[in-house]
Amino acid sequence: MPRSQPALDTSPKVSDEIKKTTCYMCACRCGIDVHLRDGKVRYIEGNRDHPVNKGVLCGKGSAGIMQHYSPARLHAPLKRVGPRGSGEFEEISWEEALQLATSWLEPIRKSNPKKLAFFTGRDQSQSLTGLWAMQFGTPNFAAHGGFCSVNMAAGGLYTFGGAFWEFGDPDWDLTKYFMIFGVAEDHASNPIKIGIGKLKSRGAKVVSVNPIRTGYNAVADEWVGIRPGTDGLFVGALIHELFRTQSVDLDYLLRYTNAAWLVIDAPGAEDHGLFARGEDSEQLVYCTASKAVAGCKNTDAKPALTGVRTLPDGRSGRPVFELLAERFLTDTYAPEAVAEQTGISADQIKRIAAELAHVAFKEEIVIDQPWTDWAGRRQEKMIGRPISMHAMRGISAHSNGFHTCRMIHILQILLGSIDCPGGFRYKPPYPKQTPPNLLPHGAAGEIKPEMPLGGPHLGFPHGPEHLLLDDNGGPNRLDKGFSWDAPMSAHGLMHMVINNAAAKDPYGIDVLFLYMANMAWNSSMNVPGTIEALTATDENGDYVIPKIIYSDAYYSETVPFADLILPDTTYLERYDCISLLDRPISEPELVADAIRHPVVKPDRDVRGFQEVLIDLGHRLKFPAFTNDDGSPKFPGGYPDYMVNHQRKPGIGPLAGWRGTDGTATCTGEPNPNQLDHYLENGSWFGLHLDPEHAYFRHANRGYLDWGIQKGIRASADPTVFQLYSEPLQKFRLAAEGFGDRQPPDSHRDRIKSYFDPLPFWYPPFEETMVDEARFPLHALSQRPMHMYHSWGSQNAWLRQITAANRLYVHHSVGATIGVEDDDWVWLSSHQGRVKCQVRLMDGVNPDTVWTWNAIGKRRGAWGLDEDAPESKEGFLLNHLISELLPAGGGGYRYSNSDPITGQAAWFDLRVGIEKADNTGTTAPYFESLGDASQAPSPERLAYGKQWKEPAE
Amino acid sequence: MHPAYSVILFTTASGAGYGLLFWMTITYAFGMLQVSPWYLLVILIVALLLITAGLLSSAAHLGHPERAHRAFSQWRSSWLSREGVAAVATYVPSGLLGLCWLFGIESTLTVWLSLLAALGAVVTVYCTGMIYASLRTIRQWDQPTVAPIYLMLGAATGALLFAVLLALASAASIWTSLLALAMLGLTAALKRQYWQKIDEDPDPVTMEDVTGLGRFGAVKPLDPPHTRPNFVMREMGYEVGRKHAEKLRRLVWLCLFGAPLVLALLALLSGPVLAAIFYLTACLSAAVGVVTERWLFFAEAEHVSMRYYKAA
Amino acid sequence: MTTLPEKTEKKLGLVIDLDICVGCHACATSCKEWNTGGYSAPLSDHDPYGADPSGAWLNRIHSYEAGGRTVHFPRSCLHCEEPDCVTVCPTGASYKREEDGIVLVNPDTCIGCKLCSWACPYGAREYDYDDGVMKKCTLCVDRIYNDHIPEEDRVPACVRACPTGARAFGDLGDPESAVSKSVAERDGYGLFEEFGYKPVNRYLPPREPLNLPVAEEPEAAETPPTTDTTQLGKLFAWIDRSLS
Ligand SMILES: Nc1nc2c(c(=O)[nH]1)N[C@H]1C(S)=C(S)[C@@H](COP(=O)(O)OP(=O)(O)OC[C@H]3O[C@@H](n4cnc5c(=O)[nH]c(N)nc54)[C@H](O)[C@@H]3O)O[C@H]1N2
Ligand SMILES: Nc1nc2c(c(=O)[nH]1)N[C@H]1C(S)=C(S)[C@@H](COP(=O)(O)OP(=O)(O)OC[C@H]3O[C@@H](n4cnc5c(=O)[nH]c(N)nc54)[C@H](O)[C@@H]3O)O[C@H]1N2
Ligand code: SF4
Ligand code: SF4
Ligand code: SF4
Ligand code: SF4
Ligand code: SF4
Ligand SMILES: [Mo]
Repeated sequence: MPRSQPALDTSPKVSDEIKKTTCYMCACRCGIDVHLRDGKVRYIEGNRDHPVNKGVLCGKGSAGIMQHYSPARLHAPLKRVGPRGSGEFEEISWEEALQLATSWLEPIRKSNPKKLAFFTGRDQSQSLTGLWAMQFGTPNFAAHGGFCSVNMAAGGLYTFGGAFWEFGDPDWDLTKYFMIFGVAEDHASNPIKIGIGKLKSRGAKVVSVNPIRTGYNAVADEWVGIRPGTDGLFVGALIHELFRTQSVDLDYLLRYTNAAWLVIDAPGAEDHGLFARGEDSEQLVYCTASKAVAGCKNTDAKPALTGVRTLPDGRSGRPVFELLAERFLTDTYAPEAVAEQTGISADQIKRIAAELAHVAFKEEIVIDQPWTDWAGRRQEKMIGRPISMHAMRGISAHSNGFHTCRMIHILQILLGSIDCPGGFRYKPPYPKQTPPNLLPHGAAGEIKPEMPLGGPHLGFPHGPEHLLLDDNGGPNRLDKGFSWDAPMSAHGLMHMVINNAAAKDPYGIDVLFLYMANMAWNSSMNVPGTIEALTATDENGDYVIPKIIYSDAYYSETVPFADLILPDTTYLERYDCISLLDRPISEPELVADAIRHPVVKPDRDVRGFQEVLIDLGHRLKFPAFTNDDGSPKFPGGYPDYMVNHQRKPGIGPLAGWRGTDGTATCTGEPNPNQLDHYLENGSWFGLHLDPEHAYFRHANRGYLDWGIQKGIRASADPTVFQLYSEPLQKFRLAAEGFGDRQPPDSHRDRIKSYFDPLPFWYPPFEETMVDEARFPLHALSQRPMHMYHSWGSQNAWLRQITAANRLYVHHSVGATIGVEDDDWVWLSSHQGRVKCQVRLMDGVNPDTVWTWNAIGKRRGAWGLDEDAPESKEGFLLNHLISELLPAGGGGYRYSNSDPITGQAAWFDLRVGIEKADNTGTTAPYFESLGDASQAPSPERLAYGKQWKEPAE
Repeated sequence: MHPAYSVILFTTASGAGYGLLFWMTITYAFGMLQVSPWYLLVILIVALLLITAGLLSSAAHLGHPERAHRAFSQWRSSWLSREGVAAVATYVPSGLLGLCWLFGIESTLTVWLSLLAALGAVVTVYCTGMIYASLRTIRQWDQPTVAPIYLMLGAATGALLFAVLLALASAASIWTSLLALAMLGLTAALKRQYWQKIDEDPDPVTMEDVTGLGRFGAVKPLDPPHTRPNFVMREMGYEVGRKHAEKLRRLVWLCLFGAPLVLALLALLSGPVLAAIFYLTACLSAAVGVVTERWLFFAEAEHVSMRYYKAA
Repeated sequence: MTTLPEKTEKKLGLVIDLDICVGCHACATSCKEWNTGGYSAPLSDHDPYGADPSGAWLNRIHSYEAGGRTVHFPRSCLHCEEPDCVTVCPTGASYKREEDGIVLVNPDTCIGCKLCSWACPYGAREYDYDDGVMKKCTLCVDRIYNDHIPEEDRVPACVRACPTGARAFGDLGDPESAVSKSVAERDGYGLFEEFGYKPVNRYLPPREPLNLPVAEEPEAAETPPTTDTTQLGKLFAWIDRSLS
């Protein structure tokens, strides 16, 4: 009998309408098409036209529905009524909430603005939050960068005016050899995936340097399972090999770097180690043709890269290159010498160096695209060395990360592979100057009642003169940023704020104002200590941190510790501005920014935090938010601000469709219809670069001038790569006793040893201070690709993938302590111990254990049941990581950070492991947070039932 | 495989029911069953009650019982469908048979009806057995002895019931006990063979096979797709400890075969009243035994899809 | 219709490149998101915020370690050519489409007996406890022919989402199709072919490591004569020579 198939409607209706906005399941900021049906989100897919994700969507973004409808969403402003942590809140109106906040903030601003600390997480409105803090006049502002990856940013910006992070990309289409250091996921989440897909399909080689072989590192053609913290030795050895085999791009070095600049060689002199300078302080080189020194900008000179040269003042100077070669050709960096420490064989190191040399110099790419260099010399072709590199927190989250990061950049530069075809490419507005002419503000003199700060809080000191010190030379910032503790902390030290405030070191504060950072849990080092700090009381029983205001969108572990909660919307319910003034979404050949806009209406009494800030700014009478007649400057709230605020005349948060007629780009009058244009274009704007400006932008005359015109570049001078970094030498000289700004004696040695103008490797601090025998292993965390920090666990779909984390250990370690999969172990550090379950694996450096980051949750948070695996089995390494190093000589405890940038050294953690009895709960097992103010979470979900096609 | 109690109950109860139906109808047809018509009816009702109870409980196990009728449509390919059809078909002759007896009709018609009912009983139980025996995904079921065991267990438990009922009407005779003894003995032999078979050939399928990654070397799972069991793991991933299984097998030997055999023998040698008691206890013991046997049948079954989750 | 079609006009299926898959789960969550409101609506979740969260997923990602590699391994229905999951179905709810070979469950006639899931050696069928019916990968039959969806997007949700491009969709019956070609090129394989269901989906195995040529040692390249034979000396001599 004939088969009969059911009639099937293969063209069912999908949605009523599609709204294009920007994803915020993570900070990658992909374009999304949100399909709406009956006012609910039916489906979210990637926006094909969008520069960031080009249509694809990651595991998080594709679970957006469950984030948006999460039961953990906050519903209304909350005022704490029980003790901190009890979760006893009273719902209040927005008017009451804003009045309360104003009543706390106004007196501080009138008396001593320092008493406010305003710190934000991975938000994307730092240009607004920063402005707000400047207007308030407090020095205490920063975002998460300090505990995130400031080493990456600083290391790059001080060296070549760009950085990894999302400030640049490998030339995915042309690169032939890609090295990826210490990356599990990164901010450029989809772009890296798209890129790796391209490389592998093209047959380009991918080399992963990572103690752990998962994710990107699993698909790499070669996995280098390095021992944590030793990349400086590995990269140093590669540089050693390039020098030994004479495989460096001399022409590139002469054109674009300070390799030929003469360094004053006068030990004991106050300017020893600084660059020799001539007229209007132009750095000098030695010209082998004229046999005399010449200005470094003199294009006729034939600069020498070697030799001790006599300076006009009779003293001698030596070219940077010579010093650099001396540093790395020593045996310290010989492959054989580093093999044991790094766990990488000398042969492998030599082979990788030889492969790099081959690809760079035997497989160069030539593009027939004439361009003009900084000095006006026309170049017929663009010559590329198709080697690209990327690195992230595996490098930066160590106390030696700044130097290691610089070393990687120097490796790229020696190979001539920065911003060339096939190499690493800047994303506008990068490159900046080295270092950027952006100085930090907030020194003692700058802080006065009711006086806005003179400039941005965060910047790049060029020397001790730019530190932010109080009248006694101590830190003027609560986090000790830009003090002798962390002189070049370009992003601040958010990880120190709470504990410093509670210890009143350097001083106490009145109000702690936090936004989008789960500081009572996964973003703090030493969680128990942080919770203590948040709840610490003085002799009268008052909280040492008197007031805490917090804006979150969900019931996170931090919410119960705040006194006033300003509930935010979800990412589908608000305006956001992804601005060139902040962290734009540019591509190498595209200047781009984007917005978010409400695609669904909030069903709760919540407000976008930016709206709230602007409102508060007006209530507090900030000049930037208030007209002279006292009326609000931006009555239309955040969208009004996005369109009409001007940083400088013609420059505002959004670069697209400026000018009253909407034809101007980047600079121009505010345009009342600007947002409509954004909406028409899928919520983003992009301006393509002229092909002539595609590469060598650090020294591309056309680009430099165009950049100034477009307001994305401060100086028409080229960006000169700083193999040798003078600012570091200036700090060192101060430590050696020169100049009027010198570190306290307690800090001299530290500054002397670590502020080396040439990069070098030193062992991460923790391992030098703790007992190696007791803590023989390194402990790391990795981001799961499908979870964003703590947000993922409230997502009904994502938590089905990972509801609890295991500690991954190498089989050999498992064998020694006699454990098998799922057995319980105690993991201990000098800070404390954690009980968790193991999983054995091969693809991990034998000296390393690791786990997925931020899966562990505290009971009572995130709308999860008391017995959720996240809290019963899930654990954090944060309990083991101290925010302070063990007391060193002199008893002073430095923060557990990079000595130069203050970057939190998460991955310096050393641990010991021992078998535990197999009982089913993790330790420490914090008592449950109260969540009485939250509605109970559903027992079952059948999302989409409403759209089931009726049976025919 | 996850041992679902509804299915265990269904297969054992209806198995015994069909067994009873078979023995009564066949003996009736050949005129070997000398009881009053109304007692014939009693036996028939007991059989049909067991069968119906079984069928209902298995229907209850469905996600959509109200759609159960759809299950009759695919007899061409599906053993489950065939079972449904056979089960319903069997009601017709046995129902009519009941009516006849109710009105005291006994003729060639009732003989033919009872033969049909007997046939229906056999076919239905065979289909049930084949539902499992035809699943190549489960080595422990993909065995030639599986369907025969289903048939024999039905026959054996049915025979015991039959003996009890006859004994109660003190109509038991030597051959009823011999029948029970024979059936139990045969089934025991088959079951022994089955267990030997599944014990001796170890699961040949490995994680290397199912993933095709063997080419690179030994394959070990790193992360499962979900940290908590999903449907497949819950349904197919059920595992019974070897020790526990052995205990239960011993229980089966004792309750399903050992005890009943002995008791049936004793019944054979004792007077009517005692015999009835012996048969009754034999029957109860066998009930415990067969439920255990069926539970093990599932619990010991390993589904090949589990190889994606757990190394062999 | 439980009987299998003699042959199907097309053999639509997925090709998954294990050499590129980074295990990001995008294909799994995008699948869940599309299908919970689509043909299989809803894909219910049990205890979604509790101790034992689980739900109906039509696609899921394993990861394995195999001889010095870590391999991420997405799995969904393989739309086999001769699968018992269809023939064992008592109701005919489980069927294989004549036109394209997609194996589907008709949610309106399925009685939820689970037998088909027992018959699938790949564990690719998902019983929805709440909905009481069997669910499975539909190959996004409600996308690939959908006139409401732009031409270029008429591919399965998982393929559309996959950030690395590790998933491809097409007619594996047509040797000229892009998917068939990539399978031929990379000798793609079907899972557990020995079992005999003739799976249609194909997997492209991880590639062998690349061996690149390396630059030769400077000794080989003629090095300039120099008095200073330290490595530095040689380097500097080479530089002076190159720059003069
Ligand atoms: N899915 C997802 N994406 C995210 C986030 C998230 O939570 N989830 N978070 C976002 C944020 S805030 C950030 S900062 C970025 C961070 O993105 P990543 O830089 O990828 O951060 P991690 O996940 O910490 O990965 C650190 C990697 O470095 C390796 N590593 C650790 N120590 C060393 C070492 O000494 N040497 C080398 N070579 N490697 C080492 C670890 O094994 C790990 O693979 O990701 C962003 N993107
Ligand atoms: N052990 C270990 N610890 C780490 C790291 C590590 O690698 N290992 N990584 C560190 C790094 S790099 C970072 S960046 C931090 C990240 O740590 P956090 O910055 O704390 O990131 P989340 O955990 O995502 O917390 C962000 C908070 O913002 C809230 N939130 C989410 N969406 C919104 C919104 O739309 N509006 C508002 N107002 N709030 C919202 C969330 O509910 C959550 O409470 O973790 C750090 N901690
Ligand atoms: S990477 Fe994923 S989560 Fe992050 S923005 Fe893009 S789509 Fe959203
Ligand atoms: S989306 Fe692509 S890369 Fe991610 S897990 Fe699925 S197949 Fe692999
Ligand atoms: S994979 Fe399983 S469900 Fe899919 S067709 Fe094959 S046997 Fe049937
Ligand atoms: S569960 Fe549904 S589809 Fe599967 S066999 Fe039973 S009726 Fe058929
Ligand atoms: S084809 Fe569709 S249903 Fe099948 S796995 Fe992909 S997304 Fe899911
Ligand atoms: Mo971060």
